[in-house]
Amino acid sequence: MTIVLALFLLISLVSPWLYRRLGTSTFYLLAAIPAAVLALVLAKTGQILGGSPWSESYQWIPELDMALTFRMDTLSWVMSLLVLGVGSLVLFYCASYFKHSTGDNGQFAAYLFGFAGAMFGLITADDFILMFIFWEITTILSYLLIGYSRHRLSARRSALQALTVTTAGGLAMLVGIVMLGYSLGTYSLAELVERGPSVLAAAQEGHGPLTMGMLSAALVLILCGALSKSAIFPLHFWLPGAMAAPTPVSAYLHAAAMVKAGIYILLRLAPGYGEVDIWQNVLIIFGAFTMVFGGWAALKQTDLKLILAYGTVSQLGFLALVISGGTSDAIYAAMALMVAHSLFKATLFLSVGIIDHQSGTRDIHKLSGIYRRAPKLATVATISAASMAGIPPLAGFVAKEAVLETYLSHTTGWQGATTLTAIVLGSILTFAYSARFVWGAFAVKPYAYMHKEGVKYCRVEEGTADSEEVDNGNIDINTRALARNRRGQKLSPDTAFHPVSFIFLFAPAVLTVLTIVYGLYPEPVHLFVKPFIKAFPETAAELELHLALWHGITPALLTSLVIMAIGALLFIFRKQIEELQGILPSAPSASIVYRDVIDGLDRLAVWVTGMTQRGSLGFYLGIILITAVVVPFAALFINETPPLANVRVSESPAQWSIAIVMIVAALVVVFVRKRFLAIMMVSVTGYGMAILFALRSAPDLATTQLLVETIVLVAFVLAMRVLPRQIPRIRSKDGKDGARKTLRVIIALGFSALMMALAMFTFSSRSLDPISLEMPRLAYEIGHGYNVVNVTLVDMRGWDTFGEISVLALAATGVASLLFIEGRADSASARRLDTQAMKKIESSFAKRTQITVAQRVAGQFSSVERNPFIVAGRTLPPESRSILLEVMTRLLFHTLIIVSFYMLIAGHNLPGGGFAGGLMVGLAFAVRYLAGGGAELRAASPFSAGTFLGAGLGIATLYALAPALWGDPIFSSYVLDFWLPVFGDVHFVTATIFDIGVYLLVVGLVLDILRSLGERIDLKLVAERRKKEKQARDKARKA
Amino acid sequence: MIIDLSLILVMGVLYAVGVYLILDRSMTRVLLGLMLMTNATNILILHAGGPAGLAPFYSKDIAAEDYSDPLPQALILTAVVISCAVTALILGIIYRSWLLSKADEITDDAEDIRVAEQDAFDKEEDAAAEFDSSEFDADEATREKEFIEAEEKKKISQTAAQPTVSKKGD
Repeated sequence: MTIVLALFLLISLVSPWLYRRLGTSTFYLLAAIPAAVLALVLAKTGQILGGSPWSESYQWIPELDMALTFRMDTLSWVMSLLVLGVGSLVLFYCASYFKHSTGDNGQFAAYLFGFAGAMFGLITADDFILMFIFWEITTILSYLLIGYSRHRLSARRSALQALTVTTAGGLAMLVGIVMLGYSLGTYSLAELVERGPSVLAAAQEGHGPLTMGMLSAALVLILCGALSKSAIFPLHFWLPGAMAAPTPVSAYLHAAAMVKAGIYILLRLAPGYGEVDIWQNVLIIFGAFTMVFGGWAALKQTDLKLILAYGTVSQLGFLALVISGGTSDAIYAAMALMVAHSLFKATLFLSVGIIDHQSGTRDIHKLSGIYRRAPKLATVATISAASMAGIPPLAGFVAKEAVLETYLSHTTGWQGATTLTAIVLGSILTFAYSARFVWGAFAVKPYAYMHKEGVKYCRVEEGTADSEEVDNGNIDINTRALARNRRGQKLSPDTAFHPVSFIFLFAPAVLTVLTIVYGLYPEPVHLFVKPFIKAFPETAAELELHLALWHGITPALLTSLVIMAIGALLFIFRKQIEELQGILPSAPSASIVYRDVIDGLDRLAVWVTGMTQRGSLGFYLGIILITAVVVPFAALFINETPPLANVRVSESPAQWSIAIVMIVAALVVVFVRKRFLAIMMVSVTGYGMAILFALRSAPDLATTQLLVETIVLVAFVLAMRVLPRQIPRIRSKDGKDGARKTLRVIIALGFSALMMALAMFTFSSRSLDPISLEMPRLAYEIGHGYNVVNVTLVDMRGWDTFGEISVLALAATGVASLLFIEGRADSASARRLDTQAMKKIESSFAKRTQITVAQRVAGQFSSVERNPFIVAGRTLPPESRSILLEVMTRLLFHTLIIVSFYMLIAGHNLPGGGFAGGLMVGLAFAVRYLAGGGAELRAASPFSAGTFLGAGLGIATLYALAPALWGDPIFSSYVLDFWLPVFGDVHFVTATIFDIGVYLLVVGLVLDILRSLGERIDLKLVAERRKKEKQARDKARKA
Repeated sequence: MIIDLSLILVMGVLYAVGVYLILDRSMTRVLLGLMLMTNATNILILHAGGPAGLAPFYSKDIAAEDYSDPLPQALILTAVVISCAVTALILGIIYRSWLLSKADEITDDAEDIRVAEQDAFDKEEDAAAEFDSSEFDADEATREKEFIEAEEKKKISQTAAQPTVSKKGD
């Protein structure tokens, strides 16, 4: 069976491609596959009906007790005959149906074919969860099929409606499935059903795996799914809506397949749980109402498809009602009925499809005289409709006899009475709408009854009622020439109708033949159905029914006759009934209620979104912070509050003095509006941090913090120089700034109090030794280094560091892309300064006309003919240069670089490492940039920032992955001891390579910061100044 | 474990000022607030390492308890460098926003405000839709043409067939 399913999936996937190649003939090919599978299933008849199911099982998720278990027993076998047989015929029919359509129907073919596969999976799956998966696949595919005509609003809306309703039901069912499966410890349908009676008995006695309440709840939830899928009131409305789908889809999904999934689940579980009260009551109440309601609604419809759709709703209610009995007779009768229904309902839908295809309408007010135009079609459809009405000797009659037999002999209590009344009433209505269907589709109707707009009639000539020629308009009907019926009413001319080809009619014809055979000789159906009942020994003994056409004169037969007589009366007085239906006040239809509910949901969603998505960062942060304050505080003080112990004022006076400086600096930040002062104050806290680290014996941290703080300060000054000196006060429009400020203060104090409390309480409740006690030893023995912090970074927590440097690379790229919109534009060689370029720049300074005295004096110093160290310094305007800075740079740069190398190499054992080393280089570059500008920065760095970033990340990645090549874990480090000429014995730890990657990456980061926030903004400023100068010049010239 | 009040106090003040600032509308102040909160958090982690011991450089003769806790130090080192990169990125954002709108302000999202003010009524979704009484109105014209062509072919084949019949009659 798994192979079959795989085949369905595969073919479904390739069918759009096939369709492009073969056109509508694809459908013939697709029809052959279910037919072949049907043959395979039929070949297993003996085995399956003999009582040994065909099963397959594969492991899937053993941790969750889920397996790909398939099991075809008698019920599945009967269902698969319907699914595959009807499926094959419908696909065959599609070839003719889509012959004249212009669109690409490849997708349609794929959906429909896939649907057949999903349905086959659904009925053969033994694992309840697996069945549910197929169940949802059918839902999704039916959504796609109903909404296939995307350009129609009704199709899109109906599709969404069907999806919403059936998915909601499906979700409820999933909960029910899990409740049942989890408490019984198995998801196997066969086992669940087998244990059903004993579970029920145990629950009634008050022990066992499930209480009665739980069992009832689980079953009700499962029923929600089954009934929503099978379109039982009040969830029926999606099914008439689904008539927006192309007619073959209606025929298959909504007659033979999808809606039968719900019935299948009912039949599947009935032997196990059919005796549970709530199960019976739900089925009786909703089934009975649906059957009558559906029949009544079908009588109102004028669209042939809707007559059938409401008929289907009614019939599904009928099936649910029959199953409610739970006895073996009831299930037997229900299965017989289900088979009969599939046969006639599919035929009828296919016939409507043909009518729509050949005449361009399905409205009974526009169809007249079709029986003359298509006698064979009329015969086929009439026989099936007669079967639906329950007229002997057809399938519908035989099945209905079985039902009546069952319920006439078991009329006990309100349940029996309700059931029987509903069946009789519903059957009467069924007879009436069946007759109305045949009349509406095929009969010649009075001219007054017909709609004149949008119909094409055959031309009527004097004396002859049926001309073959098609009249193009509907205006010039020669009304005098119309024939009259016995009552003297003028009869309508025939609706234009194209001849029906034999192939088109093939599928419905085959199904009709089966209907007749079933009616005349129901023994095979009896043989199919009986083994399913027999499989449950507790109930099998009670089986009294035996399908047959003639049982003698029984109460059931008499009831049938009464039904037919009253039904015929209803049909004859159809005009009066139509008027009555018009007068009776009708409750708002379920689909309107559904729309209102969805509308309310929409409004709620918009309201909630409006309340929560305010688009204001302050609002979000406020909510988050308030939550962060309130919840932990509540948790801390509502429950047992741990004692505070070991609070010490301070360890050292030095620490207190630093603390006070930091506190003052932080408080100043709140009040100053001068941008640079605020930045400086934040920096003070940063440098304070560095000293705190030093006091706390963290040399690595202190170094890094010091370097970072400096670079951040430089970056800040560079980026902020274009912004106004004062940070402006931004006032909001609503004038509630004061209140907002108070709130901010409260949140800030609350959060700070929380963090202090948390720190103190958590640390005073610590009772275990920290894990880091082992780290110094591990660092030496496994990491081969003395500097524990550095070994932690490059070895013990290598993954962390790897993640971190990736973030650094991202941030660097981010900064660069914010400033250089079009690309990195950082190839180092592209803009190297040659002598020629330099001369040009220098002469440009000399040519300046408007220069101050100071500029001139400065210019004299700059024009020294030597080869200076700060090469690019000469590209700056002379007044922007600083001798002091240039000399300092010359002294510092190389020293810093050398120190950084030392820090990098020694970092494994002494303070330093890749981060500190890289930042040191960054600092050196920053100094060069400040002294000589952007050109100097480019001259100083051998490679571009992007190259540094890439190389760093690349080296780190290779280092991490390399050990995997010889089978060691990722990030393994090794020690190499060797001798080098100058250095002597070298003890090299490979983790240093990782550190080199970090080093290069950090260099790249700082370079990117400098050239983005520094050089790029320089250029912008220069451009702006030039523009201003030019404007000033232009102005002056004009003046 | 010993709780060092001076560290706790600095941390508290940095958090308070930091939170106050990140609730501001000026982007620069938000960034400053973020940096202060970073520092505060680093102090929190540092404090978790307990009182200062010896700098964490391994020596055989020193007992494990005598070192300063190296784990918080490693964590802070990572945090310090990351915050440097993040600060640079936000600086880039501030500059860019200044360049584009000459404002150093975190504005409300106009699109969110529009959603909050919009009506739930959706014209298309709420329009009444009639059931179509046929699937074939849309391509009726092409269908018609094909039918006529097919009919004509039939007629031609019939007329072609007739003479042979009459010949037989002869």
